[in-house]
Amino acid sequence: MTESFPPPPAGGCSATPVLKQRGQHEVFCGLTGIVWLHRKMQDAFFLVVGSRTCAHLLQSAAGVMIFAEPRFATAILEETDLAGLKDAQEELDRVVHDLLARRPDIRQLFLVGSCPSEVIKLDLAKSAERLSAAHAPHVRVLSYSGSGIETTFTEGEDACLAAMVPELPATTERELVLVGALPDVVEAQALDLLERIGVGPVRVLPAPRADSGLGIGPNTVFALTQPFLGDTLGALERRGARHIPAPIPVGEEGTTLWLKAVAAEFGIGPDVVDRVTEAPRARARRAVRQAAEVLSGRSLFLFPDSQLEIPLARFLTRECGMHAVEVGTPFLHRQILGPDLELLAPGPTLSEGQDVDLQLARLREARPDLTVCGLGLANPLEAEGLTTKWAIELVFTPVHFYEQAGDLAGLFSRPLRRRDALKVGAA
Amino acid sequence: MKLSVWTYEGPPHVGAMRVATAMKGLHYVLHAPQGDTYADLLFTMIERRNHRPPVTYTTFQARDLGSDTADLFRRACLDAHERFAPEAMIVGASCTAELIQDDPGGMAETLGLGIPVIPLELPSYQRKENFGADETFYQIVRALAAPCARTETPSVNLIGPTALGFRHRDDITEITRLLQDMGVAVNVCAPYGARPADIARLGAAHLNVLMYPETGESACRWMERELGLPYTRTVPIGAGATRDFAAEVGAALGLAPALDEARLRLPWYSASVDSTYLTGKRVFVFGDGTHARAMARVARDEMGFEVVGLGCYNREMARPLRAAARDMGLEALVTDDYLEVEAAIEAAAPELILGTQMERHIGKRLGIPCAVISAPVHVQDFPARYAPVMGIEGANVLFDTLVHPLVMGLEEHLLTMFREDFEFHDAAGPSHHGGHAAASGEGGSAPQTPRSISAKKTEPDGGPVEVVWLPAAEQELRKIPFFVRGKAKRNTEAFAASRGETEIGVETLYEAKAHYAR
Repeated sequence: MTESFPPPPAGGCSATPVLKQRGQHEVFCGLTGIVWLHRKMQDAFFLVVGSRTCAHLLQSAAGVMIFAEPRFATAILEETDLAGLKDAQEELDRVVHDLLARRPDIRQLFLVGSCPSEVIKLDLAKSAERLSAAHAPHVRVLSYSGSGIETTFTEGEDACLAAMVPELPATTERELVLVGALPDVVEAQALDLLERIGVGPVRVLPAPRADSGLGIGPNTVFALTQPFLGDTLGALERRGARHIPAPIPVGEEGTTLWLKAVAAEFGIGPDVVDRVTEAPRARARRAVRQAAEVLSGRSLFLFPDSQLEIPLARFLTRECGMHAVEVGTPFLHRQILGPDLELLAPGPTLSEGQDVDLQLARLREARPDLTVCGLGLANPLEAEGLTTKWAIELVFTPVHFYEQAGDLAGLFSRPLRRRDALKVGAA
Repeated sequence: MKLSVWTYEGPPHVGAMRVATAMKGLHYVLHAPQGDTYADLLFTMIERRNHRPPVTYTTFQARDLGSDTADLFRRACLDAHERFAPEAMIVGASCTAELIQDDPGGMAETLGLGIPVIPLELPSYQRKENFGADETFYQIVRALAAPCARTETPSVNLIGPTALGFRHRDDITEITRLLQDMGVAVNVCAPYGARPADIARLGAAHLNVLMYPETGESACRWMERELGLPYTRTVPIGAGATRDFAAEVGAALGLAPALDEARLRLPWYSASVDSTYLTGKRVFVFGDGTHARAMARVARDEMGFEVVGLGCYNREMARPLRAAARDMGLEALVTDDYLEVEAAIEAAAPELILGTQMERHIGKRLGIPCAVISAPVHVQDFPARYAPVMGIEGANVLFDTLVHPLVMGLEEHLLTMFREDFEFHDAAGPSHHGGHAAASGEGGSAPQTPRSISAKKTEPDGGPVEVVWLPAAEQELRKIPFFVRGKAKRNTEAFAASRGETEIGVETLYEAKAHYAR
């Protein structure tokens, strides 16, 4: 089935030295994860304990969604809260009591730490414990940090899920857990494929509701659908669950290899996977081919954003014929991304972390055909004549598994087709 | 702690960014953790700027907190100075860095960069975005402006326009043109488009035009005191205010006010018969103090609306706004809690809301048309077309803006006449309201408002009136166009209650109609 891809390079980028730089990071903090997490967990509320800046960030990131009475908010620290820590805890209790009284439908409340709350060392773990006891059994209160000083963008989801793992019930069942918040439509496709292959029972983390019956134990095996889940992986392993290493399921190749790795764990051969997935693979290939016409032979530069950069570079180079100049990632977790790195042909600079001005200098030197970057950089780079694809869309749009492979390629081809289509010039 | 979902204003360092981004040759070094760069995208996306904001963030992380955040700041300053070669720098801390107390000003001073370095003290836990902009610009002016010889011909400075300002770009063009007609040149426009060198020659003007008190008043006050430079008090939004403004400038400079009124269409459009239907339309005005105050005057005196609510979210403008509200027989609403605004709008039951992005959404929820007249605004309110709100063309723009959400006279007449017709039936709503209006018009019941988590616990005054609508009256009520039905229902119920009636029949409905007729 891999005849349409280049043969896997020997060792790929596994041994490529990684450029590590420190400096200004042009990235979101982990609070942003709330914007998509709250939609997956239907009975959860996310209460950020932070400053007006945090509230403003959520507002800017959530855009129009903020008007839909979302299940997140900020308890904005005021001057009086900074004066003495005891007051801050009492204030938080008051805010939480008010909040839960008004939203009786809430079963899980996350106290989300921010830079200000971390710097003043407001002990949110203790607050969560105290509030959990006060509101048991109806509401479970958890805490995690989404602060910029500790987390980058999607790491907020990791911190959230990792905080949930110790609280999950114990089980001895042999179950597969899919870890990572996926859009509902993608999750349904993944569950359907696994069922048809004969893998089961399957559960998902995060579960849609607190009482979904998800348990963890020594017979649990889990597969990651997202690359940014390092802490969650550690927390699951500490409870005895076992990780199934696999490439991230984006693109036809990634999805197939991911399914095969999971199937093998359940004693099901690759031939079964090939048989079950024949039709969706053919569809994915057809859909990707159309978008790849524009992408093939073009050069690619990815700024660090979500940790999805390496799997995306693997997809764009192997399935769409692009060649990568630099692949930046905010954090490189080798235990998770090993299989993807092995498939990525040597050549591109791999960079971890960021000094944005130095990285921009490398970008201008390389002048790639397509640059994947954040919204703070996209328009300024377009004005310099570079074509960009803004990265945040890759986190909000369904991109995983077969049926989305064509859409995923389309996200990258569209800016290039647009540049060709516009005849009036710009900037 | 204050529970908050929506904020009308960002933190004060975003205000400082608005000044830095508006200017040229100025760089802002901001001591801030990873993630605070989110604010860049307000400028690159909402305002569609084609360059990165001139801001360097130190991006300190948890592991730096022990010792070397100060060193990070120093290095960021040196790097920024070398890379961007600015003429001047502003330095400061975001909310988190304020807590670690590194003293950016003091550290930057010791670096000896050879350019003016202006420290900013922006109290993030007390003040907000507009204060940040005003204070930053004031500090820049205080540091750089010096007494200098006045220009030979009359000239003014335009003070207050910033990046991310509501229609600032086009207001500058319009006011420049208006002044040109009077033979007055613009010496410096600042912060928008100014360089540090331009700030130094602010004193050469004869008068400051304070365009936006929110972002320029402190600097104007300082210049009045230190440079002997008077400033204008009238904000030229609307036809009347523009005339007053021209008179004020004329008097200050000893010139005859000359307005090119050939371009001014608002007065005639407003006088034309199709506008008769605008008479007494109930409007609720909310926004920043300056725009809210100016728009209330336009609404009442130039459009013939009845202003039924007036408020602002920036407490810096509370005093002038309260005065303006008193003048209209209203009590001003000064709050930054959009739920209070929503409650006030529901209580006032206006037919049109003039507000910000939030009020636009409140309007959507309540089925009330809305026009956006103030920041915070979204990308659609940074239009490609010329769209000032100040001066002559601004008045024309305002007429269109305030009227478009409403059903115009002839259309309203036809709608009422043919309301039993299948196309124009009640629930169809005007086409430009999309599908939403139809739902909200259904049955004339109070619109469904999602209960909010931070709502005040107080009951609406008086509580619900216990009156029963008889079927015939209810039928009659349905014949009233949906956009005034809410008011009619409320008025009728209040009327019935005042007469001690517990049932509303057709008779009562018409009695009430006669009672409230104008």
